[in-house]
Order: sequence, then structure tokens, then C-alpha cells
Amino acid sequence: MKKAVMVSVILLLCSVSRAQEIAPAQASGPAQPATPGPETRMRTLEQQVHTLADEVALLREELKALRDAKSIDTVPENRVLLASAHVEPATVGGSSVAATPEAAPQVPQTQVSGSAQPQTFGGATGNAKLLNPDISLIGDFIGTAGHNNVAPAPSMELHESEVGFQAIIDPYSRADAFISFGETGVSVEEAYLTFTSLPAGLLMKVGKMRADFGKVNTIHNHALPWIDRPLATNNLVGGEDGIDDAGISLSHFIAAPKGWFMEGTAQVYRGDSDDLFRAYRRQDLGTVGHLRAYRDLSESTNLDLGASYARGNSAGLATAGKPSAFFTNLYGADATLRWKPLRRAVYKNFLLRTELFWSARDQLSPLSIFQTQHAFGMYSSAEYRINRRWTVGGRFDRSGHATAANLTDTGFSGILTYWPSEFSQIRGQYRFGHLAVANPGDFSNANEFLFQFLFVMGAHGAHPF
Amino acid sequence: MQGCSLTTRLTAIFAALAFSTSLFGPPPARAASKIQIMTATTDLASLAQEVGGDKVEVESIARGYQDPHFVDAKPSFLLKLKHADLLIVVGLELEIGWLPPLINQSTNPKIQVGAPGYLDASRFARILEIPTGQVTRAEGDVHPLGNPHYWLDPENGLRIAKGIADKLSEMRPGDATYFAQRFTDFEQRLKQADQRWLAEMKPYEGRKIVTYHRSWPNFAEHFHLNVVGYVEPRPGIPPSPQHTVELIQQMKRDNVKVIVVEPYFDLKTPNAVARETGGKVLVLPPSVGGEKEITDYFKLFDYDISKLKQAFDATH
Repeated sequence: MKKAVMVSVILLLCSVSRAQEIAPAQASGPAQPATPGPETRMRTLEQQVHTLADEVALLREELKALRDAKSIDTVPENRVLLASAHVEPATVGGSSVAATPEAAPQVPQTQVSGSAQPQTFGGATGNAKLLNPDISLIGDFIGTAGHNNVAPAPSMELHESEVGFQAIIDPYSRADAFISFGETGVSVEEAYLTFTSLPAGLLMKVGKMRADFGKVNTIHNHALPWIDRPLATNNLVGGEDGIDDAGISLSHFIAAPKGWFMEGTAQVYRGDSDDLFRAYRRQDLGTVGHLRAYRDLSESTNLDLGASYARGNSAGLATAGKPSAFFTNLYGADATLRWKPLRRAVYKNFLLRTELFWSARDQLSPLSIFQTQHAFGMYSSAEYRINRRWTVGGRFDRSGHATAANLTDTGFSGILTYWPSEFSQIRGQYRFGHLAVANPGDFSNANEFLFQFLFVMGAHGAHPF
Repeated sequence: MQGCSLTTRLTAIFAALAFSTSLFGPPPARAASKIQIMTATTDLASLAQEVGGDKVEVESIARGYQDPHFVDAKPSFLLKLKHADLLIVVGLELEIGWLPPLINQSTNPKIQVGAPGYLDASRFARILEIPTGQVTRAEGDVHPLGNPHYWLDPENGLRIAKGIADKLSEMRPGDATYFAQRFTDFEQRLKQADQRWLAEMKPYEGRKIVTYHRSWPNFAEHFHLNVVGYVEPRPGIPPSPQHTVELIQQMKRDNVKVIVVEPYFDLKTPNAVARETGGKVLVLPPSVGGEKEITDYFKLFDYDISKLKQAFDATH
């Protein structure tokens, strides 16, 4: 009964005439309310849908009319600032205002400020990401062919997919996070907060970050001018991830002779970086210091010099002894010469870079005697952009082993890079390695061809410098 | 030796930093405390100089003959940004590849994004080519917020100048009348000049041109030119053989004779297109400083319009 009444009420609301026909029929047969119910309900729903569709069509028309009217209104208003060719100056701001000569000069001003039609100036806001961070993903596919008995790489791998989130946090800071999905798992490559508005010209970063040790240690895989990292990085400076740790960084510009830019950076880390540093106790902190000097030699040529120092407890020691007494000291020097003519910046440039590394690592000799291994490593790299799409490069490598300084690897690479656009990159690299194995004097030669496909989606990142 | 070294090292490093800070000290008081303005491009520098007069010191990061999309974030700019009171940017993601790192590392709280010393000139200007619907990079390096080459319309120049004048008055209320006066003076001169420019361009109304990059929509709209094609197949994508062939056919069909190229692009493809079509390549600077004699915003239009007129006359 109740159901029947409800249905009839709906029907009444929807269509009086039809309801009048059906409602009595329902009311007269309360014993069987289920059978006519669904059918009539369908019919009423259908009607409802029809009326709603009509209403939507009506509203759309109204909206369109409004929009048209608005665009007609705004176009002439924007066009009358200066141009006598568009509209006579007298008609600029309506006759009432323009009639009084005193008020006339103010008319263009109010229009200039855009207060009358603020939404007609400026760029798109509809497309603007509101409070979302800049999100990007960089895919890095690497293939390897040839032979290498010392450090063989898989034939093909999606080496890394790096997701970046970057945003301004508040008026005092911004944050950058790069999460790397690799073949073996997920890691936070970097995630740090930068305080941009500190007093006394200080720049502070807090979080996990690539340490400011030399140049190559600060560069993400996808921004390298090669597919791999130099032998010296792998042997002495923590491998692919390098010195990458949780810590605090402070930088400051340093007074410099005229024409020079100098910056000092001091960083304190927990002291855990791959097979390089290890914090055995909480107080086993790692430290990094970096000094940078930069000079524009001309408008198109510049010189970038750096000196770096890093210290932490040696990794890879037995925890039973007194590992906190074993340190690794790293010293680095880097020099970069860049040439990029401003008028042809996208077609031609040249970069020459050399980095030197010295490692002094405390460890136990095979006879369990305290010893310090002094190893030296370096690389020298050049790249030349031939035209908008092609770059050629080469690199020479030489590096001792951190744990056995009498073992020295040597290598060189030739690199060819093609850019279909700014957002994808195809690269090939021939790599020769004369790699030391086990005993001094024993070497294994590696001949490899590497190829790489890189793609960038999402936010447009900063160009590397 | 190892036990005490950590604290010693830390102390030494921070002491060194502190020492350098004291050496650097507070910035020396500037002569007559002029407002230090840094701009992303030379056009904004010229407009800021017009309204700021001798109460400001203006410098641009990019040069006029440089592609404003591809400027290097050189550390030498950091020293200048560090002492800036006001940073004026083009916005609309034109400088996205190089300005954000410079701002972040400048250690200057005044010019951080959203701070009072950060001024995005695009919000005063009339912006064209704002994409509607889906925006993907299949269209090349599109600017999702609209075309950032908006300063090439004198009306926008006036709007930007007004915005800068308002900002300067806000920063130095004592000099507000000075800036207002400078603006009124600039407005009058620009209006006169614009009438002259429009008159000069009047005979060429509706002329069709081809440009290398999409740098000229505001200029074309103001001076009633018709940009019918681009040497780049898509923004930021270098010319392709197929697109070049299509462009040549289109230029022959529509009888287009003038190819406008920005000074930072390669002339090989435009020259080839000109040879095929009997047209003329015209290197036209879109910014102040693009040529030595273009020393301010007025001379930019003087130069470009006279060059365009010559090109139109020579090809007809």
C-alpha cells in the first residue's frame, strides 16, 4: 500500500495527466503492487530523463549565448589602448569620461591596469596546475652488447624510471624529490627541502641528497653525457649512487676577486653511502666540503673549477673490531671549460671536463694489520654538439681500486647522441676497458657497445648546466 | 687522532663559512639607493628603464640575440640576482629551463617566486595562442599557458610598463609621482610612435609571411600581418624535409615571399625555402639588443618595421 502511494506521488509530480490514469488502477489493486510497479517506474524515470535532457540543452544554449556576448564585449576593450587604427581614441573609455579633458588621460590607465577586465590579461589559468607539484617521469632504457668478464651488464634493462616531484612548499622553502624505480627495487635518489629565504645569504638543504663532491657525483643518471659512469666513480666514489646520503647542507657565496664567482658548501651526512662510507655508530658522521670557483672568460666561454673533500668511516669492515677507527678520506678536483656561442646556443657547443680523485682508505690488510690504501683515479671527457640533433663525445678513464691501490683500470669511450626533441634522447657508446683482476699484472679486456633510450614526460625540468 | 677530528672538522668548516660571511658582509649601501632590477629579457629591462628612470638600475640576464628558451644558468648571474630588489620575468614558462635554479640558488629572499620582488609581466599582457583542450607534446614544446612572445605588441608594452610603474611605486611610495610621471611620458611617446608605426605598416596590411618560430603572433596581430606558416614543423622541433616541402608548396600557392627568422636560428632551411619560392629571408630580432642599434623598446619596432618594409618592397 505504502509503495503504491509513493509511486502515485511520483507520478503526480511528473505528469499529472498520466498519473491520473494510472494511479486509480493501482489503488484499486493493492494486492498486486509489484507487477505494475517496475513498468510504471521505468516509464516515469524515462520521462524524468527526457525533461532533464531538455533542461540541459536549454542551459547549454544560455551558456553559449552568455559566452558569445562576453567575447564580443571584451575584444574591443582590449584593442583600444594605443592604436588609432583600431578604434578612434575618442571612443576609448565611453563618451562620458572622455568628454572631460582632465579625466581623459586616466582612462587608458585604468584599462592598462586591467582592473576592469582582469581575467582577459595574463596566461591561461585553467591549464595551470593548481597546488599540484611539478611531476615528471624519466625512463632510462639501456642495452649492452660485447664482452666484459669483470662487470657484465644485462643485455637489456629498463635501468631506471625516475619520478620527480618538485614544488614550492611555503614562502620560505621548496622541495625536490626524485624516486628511482630500478630493476632491483625502489629507492629515494634524492628528497630534500631547500630553505631559500635564510638570512645572511645562507642556502640550507635538508634531506637525502647527492653530496656536493665534484661534478659527476651531483648529476643524475639521465643527465650524464655518457651512458655509464666513469671507472673512477665506480672504484673510488661509491659507484652509481655515489655519495648519496641523508644529511644537512649549508652553502654560501664567498668574497672573490672581481669577475669570479665563488661558493663554499659544508655538508654533514649520516655516514652511509653504498660501499664507500658506513656509520657503525651514531656519531660516525660523514662530512663533505666543496669549494667552487667560476669565471666567464667571455660571453660564450666559461671556466668552472672545484675542490672537494669527503670523509667517513670505511665501509666493508667487520664490525667485531673497532671499525669506527677506520676512515676513508676522499679528495677531488674538477675543471670544466664550456663554449657555447649565444647566437647559436642550440646548434653548437663544446664542453671539456676533467675530474681527479684521491682516496685514502683505512682498512685491515689480509694479515689483519691496519693499513691505508692510497688510490688515484681520474676521467677526462669532451663533448661537441655538431648541430641541433647530434652530439659526439669521448672519455678517457683511469682509476686504481680503493681497496687495492696497486690494481689500476684504464678505459676509453666514444659516444654519439641523437635528440629527436628536447624530451627524448637516443645514445650509443663504444667502451673499451683494460681492467685489472685479482693480481697486479693480470688484466681482462672489455669491448662493449652500449645503447640507451631516454624519455621525459611531464613537467619541463631545468636544463643541465 | 680520529676521536676528536669530527668536531674539529665541523667547527673548522663552519668557521670558514662564518669567516667568508663576515668578509662578504652586508651589501654596501648602493649609490643613492637605486632600486636594483634584474629582468629575464632585454625587452623587460628596456620597459623598466623607461618607467624607472634614474631611480633604478636595470640589467637583463638574457641577451637580445639569444634564444630566451635556452639561456645557461651561469653562476655569474647569481651574484647579480643576490643583490636585486626586483626580478621581472616574462613568465608563461618561457624561462622554465633556466630561471628557477637561478632563483633558488640566489639566496635572495626578496625575489623568490611569490615574494614582493618577483614580478611576472605576463599577467598584465594580452596573451595569444592559449591552448584549449588537451595539451600534449605531440604538438612540440608547447607553452600550455599561452604564447610567451607577447612583448612584441606595443599595447602589451604599455600594459607591462604600467604594471612595472605600479610595482615600483609600491616599493618606493615616496617616488610614486615620479614613476607615474615617467609612465605618462612613456605612454605619450609610445602612442605617438605607434601611430607612426601603424601608418608605416598600413600599406602592407594583410600581407602573408612565414616565420621560423612562433615568436610573432602579437606583432602580426597588432600590425595586421598574416602569419601563414612556420619553418619549424612544431615549436622546438627542427625543420624536417617533408614539412619544408609542404611549406614551399604552401608559400607558392599563397604567394608568400617573406620568411622571418629570429637571429638565433640556423639560416640553412629558410635560405633553401627562399630559393625555391623566390622569396626573401629576413633576420628580424624579436628583442631589444638583437642588433647593436636596437638599444630600446622604441628602436626595436623602428628597426623591425623598416626591415619588414624593405623586404615587402623588394619582393613585390
